[in-house]
Amino acid sequence: MGKSLFQKVWDAHTVRTLSNGQTQLLIGTHLLHEVTSPQAFGMLRDLGLKVAYPHRTFATVDHIVPTDSRVEPFADPLADAMINELRKNCAETGVTFFDMSTGKQGIVHVVGPEQGITQPGTTIACGDSHTSTHGAFGAIAFGIGTTQIRDLLATQTMALAPLKVRQIKVNGKLRPGVYAKDVILHIIRKLGVNGGTGFAYEYAGEVFENFSMEERMTVCNMSIEGGARVGYINPDEKTFEYLKGRPYSPKGADWDAAVESWKSFASDDDCEYDDVVEIDAADIAPTVTWGINPAQAITIEESIPSVDSVAASEKAITAEALEYMKLEGGSPIKGTKVDVCFVGSCTNGRLSDFEEVAKYIKGHKVAYGVKAIAVPGSQIVDAICKEKGIDVIYREAGFEWREAGCSMCLAMNPDKLIGDQLSASSSNRNFKGRQGSPTGRTVLMSPVMVAAAAIRGEISDSREVFDICATANA
Amino acid sequence: MALEKITQVTGKGVTVAGDEIDTDRIIPARFMKCVTFDSMGEYLFYDVRKNEDGSDKVHPLNEERFKDASILLSGANFGCGSSREHAPQAIYRYGFRGIIAESYAEIFFGNCTTLGIPCFIATKEDIAKISAAVEADPSIEITLDVENERILFGEESLPAVVRESAQKALVAGKWDMIGELKEAESDIASVVSKLPYMAK
Repeated sequence: MGKSLFQKVWDAHTVRTLSNGQTQLLIGTHLLHEVTSPQAFGMLRDLGLKVAYPHRTFATVDHIVPTDSRVEPFADPLADAMINELRKNCAETGVTFFDMSTGKQGIVHVVGPEQGITQPGTTIACGDSHTSTHGAFGAIAFGIGTTQIRDLLATQTMALAPLKVRQIKVNGKLRPGVYAKDVILHIIRKLGVNGGTGFAYEYAGEVFENFSMEERMTVCNMSIEGGARVGYINPDEKTFEYLKGRPYSPKGADWDAAVESWKSFASDDDCEYDDVVEIDAADIAPTVTWGINPAQAITIEESIPSVDSVAASEKAITAEALEYMKLEGGSPIKGTKVDVCFVGSCTNGRLSDFEEVAKYIKGHKVAYGVKAIAVPGSQIVDAICKEKGIDVIYREAGFEWREAGCSMCLAMNPDKLIGDQLSASSSNRNFKGRQGSPTGRTVLMSPVMVAAAAIRGEISDSREVFDICATANA
Repeated sequence: MALEKITQVTGKGVTVAGDEIDTDRIIPARFMKCVTFDSMGEYLFYDVRKNEDGSDKVHPLNEERFKDASILLSGANFGCGSSREHAPQAIYRYGFRGIIAESYAEIFFGNCTTLGIPCFIATKEDIAKISAAVEADPSIEITLDVENERILFGEESLPAVVRESAQKALVAGKWDMIGELKEAESDIASVVSKLPYMAK
């Protein structure tokens, strides 16, 4: 019987079995950012330990960097202290740091792939739950806590229990106006926020094969929102094409050897999965959340569930969500007034996200009273958008074009909702208070749907606003 | 590194009811602007406990009768969302030494175990039973028996699940893995040597 990519990568990185029965797993690539690492460096110093493999450790700043003025010292002294702490830690230990002055800074999950650091058949870990993003390249990538960051810094290994593998096949072709974000929201809605507990998700089938690397990243990114710690897609020619020529990609003869090795990690045709789920692409429509977790999602055509319409086990959380979101069960979600619109984050802050929106917003204007912000995922995304004039299209439509960072996804920088403002957001979490205000409300959707909401001033069907079906059929 | 062997934890309980209580709710992101975990305890469940002016909202953790509680009871998928260890750190530094819930998100569970916080899995009905006992008498002692996977309170003894790896680690005093991970330096080097991408 063949093996899955997960099993192959796991086996290749196993150091030994630990006394608690877990596996000591080598983590090839360790990514760091400013929020979850300072305490880990502190613990390392307290124990008198060194960074074991600094050449496999890479850092950048993303969560707290301001996206308007980058003049240091920042207005927020705590943000300033955290960035300087990371600078100091990297300088002292020899860890590569993509600081703002390098032109390569950005969200850690955008920077890794962009630099060619993220590679197939490798293990990756980072103190951020969206590390699952890197699975788009056929890597096994884990989000971890700070004590594990310390373990990794000190040993390049950590203690983990193996996961079961669930293959999720999305067959057929997506309809026009349906994006990677809709696919993953549909999957999470179907399987639940904790449906993935104990599993790695292997995304397979025609839809993922046809997806670009950036679309694959969007899907893998949100694996964690379905409770799966890891999500991945088998590497293929598209993966290799993306990586070719990137700064940290192998070069020359090493490249050919690497591609051969990467191919060998793909799941075997005869491997048996612990579970298989099949979904028809034609069933997926533009999807938005209405509640306080990413599984509380509906298509743009559907009505918001009422407490009466859901299963007994869902009643309490449905009531809690409706109350918090100030939404009426049984009403359509379409037409809900929005205050803030955000395109960005590690889910949807990549070049193709900004390009896709730019295709449609030309000639449109953001509705009066709506604050719309576009925040590139990295300085490189920003630079390419500027080169192509994409930022101008956004600005002319009435968006603010910002500097690279996590921004309003989790609001650790000055970009925050105020009071009970409702945000149409391309980010990954609609938790209570997630976007910075304890009463702020988040509705997750694809970047094109965010743009449609910005232009109409209410949650809208992007296919109607931008006449997407007509464009696709033309 | 010698660590305390955590075979059982005893204390008073408090229930923070609800399913899908995420780590953003346990510790809102804005309180993570810090380079140590020292202040985390103050901000536990901040947005559901406090008004914007800092005054108290109605919340179990604000009630005098639960002020000595060290066992936290909750619902399903507790600790979902962000990987931030700030969440279990806030729970620990506030004074909690054990958690009982229906289920946990994976990263949160791992983070708790590493800090020596046993996360017990119990059924909805059993959690309701313990919560009712705590509500009736907040001074009641709850014991989380890690070794025997049971929850004891009053005259009751209920079965619970402590995941095997966590149980082994807690009981053996090996919940912080750094010492054991460090021992394998030559095995690590050998795996590294077989992986071309690890070369300098």
